[in-house]
Amino acid sequence: MAENVVVIGGGPCGIEVSRNLRDMGYTPILLEKQSELGGHLREWDRLFPEGVEARKVLKELTSDMRGVKWFTDAEIESIDKSRKGYTVKVASGMTFESKVLVLTTGFKLFPAEKKEEYGYNIYERVITNADLEHYFSTHKDSRVQNPKNIGFVHCVGSRDEKACNRQCSKVCCATAVKQASEIKELFPDATVYCFYMDLRMFGRSYEDMYLNAQRKYGVRFVRGRVSEVSEDIDGKLFIKAEDTLLGKPLKMKLDLLVLMTGILPGDSTRQFSEMLKVDTGEDGFFTPKDTILEPCRSKENGLFMAGTCTGPKTLPETLSEARATALQVHKYLSK
Amino acid sequence: MIYKGKQKIWADYQKEIPDDHWFYVRSCIRQNFFPASEVTMLKIFREMLGKDVYETPHHTTCGGIAYHNECIPQETQMAIIARQFALMTEAGYENYTCSCITSFGLYCETMETWREMPEVLERTRENLWKACRREFEVPKYIAHTSDLVFKFRNEIADMAKYKLVNKDTGEPLKVVEHIGCHYAKMFPSKGVGGAEYPYVLVGMAEKWGGNVIDYPERRHCCGFGFRQYLVKANRGYSVSNTHKKFESMEPFHPDFIVTNCPGCPYFLDRWQYVIAEQTGKTYGGNGYGIPVLTYEEMAGLVLGLDPWDIGMQTHQIAVEPLLDKIGVEYDESKKYAGTGGKPLPEPEFPMNIRCC
Repeated sequence: MAENVVVIGGGPCGIEVSRNLRDMGYTPILLEKQSELGGHLREWDRLFPEGVEARKVLKELTSDMRGVKWFTDAEIESIDKSRKGYTVKVASGMTFESKVLVLTTGFKLFPAEKKEEYGYNIYERVITNADLEHYFSTHKDSRVQNPKNIGFVHCVGSRDEKACNRQCSKVCCATAVKQASEIKELFPDATVYCFYMDLRMFGRSYEDMYLNAQRKYGVRFVRGRVSEVSEDIDGKLFIKAEDTLLGKPLKMKLDLLVLMTGILPGDSTRQFSEMLKVDTGEDGFFTPKDTILEPCRSKENGLFMAGTCTGPKTLPETLSEARATALQVHKYLSK
Repeated sequence: MIYKGKQKIWADYQKEIPDDHWFYVRSCIRQNFFPASEVTMLKIFREMLGKDVYETPHHTTCGGIAYHNECIPQETQMAIIARQFALMTEAGYENYTCSCITSFGLYCETMETWREMPEVLERTRENLWKACRREFEVPKYIAHTSDLVFKFRNEIADMAKYKLVNKDTGEPLKVVEHIGCHYAKMFPSKGVGGAEYPYVLVGMAEKWGGNVIDYPERRHCCGFGFRQYLVKANRGYSVSNTHKKFESMEPFHPDFIVTNCPGCPYFLDRWQYVIAEQTGKTYGGNGYGIPVLTYEEMAGLVLGLDPWDIGMQTHQIAVEPLLDKIGVEYDESKKYAGTGGKPLPEPEFPMNIRCC
């Protein structure tokens, strides 16, 4: 009988770890606390840099789940470790045993309302990157009404000591450039501004996407942060910012402001860190055994982790790490 | 604007404010600008609410104006504050309240410094002992007096004679609330409602019947800004700040402005006259300005105190149009009457702004 491997977290990473373990002859048990598999990918419309449809990627990932035992609404109640391995108890009463445990618990988006000065949930026309993806998918959002002037604020809750989140979220710059271009396609008459600290277009063809945003779509990039947002008597947004290249403060009226919320450790990271005595860094993400040589293992024997639970990553990086983790698990169990 | 979003933020920034037994210190500049506001606050708390608010003639300035103008170092300023706290300790109080926003910000800054760096607290104790042989305890609670009025807003509403409502139309008055910069911008958790959407004045105005306006330059400085005004050559910055605020609030047609800082009512009030003289423009209806009140005056008005007893004649901008809107009874002939009805000299009237 094939050996069980428990994987906690049913986003793209957990799915890919499970599928690869299955291909290597194991019986992965994939536990997801939400009612569907897919994690944040379910909420997204298109993916940078080429604009591939997120639902197609997810469909492909979940197209062949044969041999993977997956459970949704599976809230973890307890995890006990013994010499034999791990006993994982789910709130529904099910119990699973496994020599190894793989954590793919993912991330959560920074709650935009914490940056109070931007007025999310205070001013009608302030939305987040996730809200905009939802709009791109459904074309339904009363806050988006043929906007003529649109602003994107990069690094909302990232690289921000005041928000207790010092690290770069890695994916927001590329997402902002992608979304700025997409919204310009939807509303060709609109003027689109991106307020950035510096643009981190590190991946292959990301720079092309950025140049395209300027040349093809005319997106205006302003190096500086928005300091405050308010509303005028017509309900338009009134923002104050600084253009640090010109060395001048600026004020502007906008019809829509999109906050590029960053990546934070998932809500369950702390829970599992306490349950399993796994180290987390100052940033709250799990700390691997060795960030260069053993990025998928914890210091604990038999405990593996992959994807954004160890820090912000793009989707291709997450999937590559998932495959690497499956191999590491196989190596460990084959000893 | 999504009101529920603001309510959520207000719920996040609650502040513990004790019910009673306060050691009270006045503001240096309020005693000169609007002295009756502090008297009104004491009258409301002692006589109408029956609270114990103690003050001593031995207290001094907090040192804030000198500190923020870099005339004295932080160590000196801390010693001044330590002496204030020594007076509180000697009087047997633990709850400290001040009338000035600059002082409130400075007390918070000092107490946070001591909390973070206990060695600085010890040095301050030594300095105070060397200077005047006094010892002190750090207050258990610190509040601005607007926090206290906010806390008792429901009781004041129960005793109110008037509401912040237009008596002719029945519509709530449109209120601009202006919070002093040092109230919560440095330490958001120390202010009721936080720094971005402070609730302290909103809570009072709404409870007493008014509607608060959220206008684009709401967060902007009143124009005082210390060196913007105190350095004479910079006064153009001061008036242009105030001008910016009035231009921004103008489309909302506010009935009055309420503030909780010593400098703000002064600058928002007096600069309206200067703007009118320079540009010919006024922001209230029919050539009047927009009345600017302190929160004690607002409380005094709804409680039915005589407008001239609470010092409303000391404003540059005429308050009579506001009193008429609310339906407050007043005797125009007593506007400039001193103690015992003695007539005081009347001010000259300006050219471009109506002052009744």
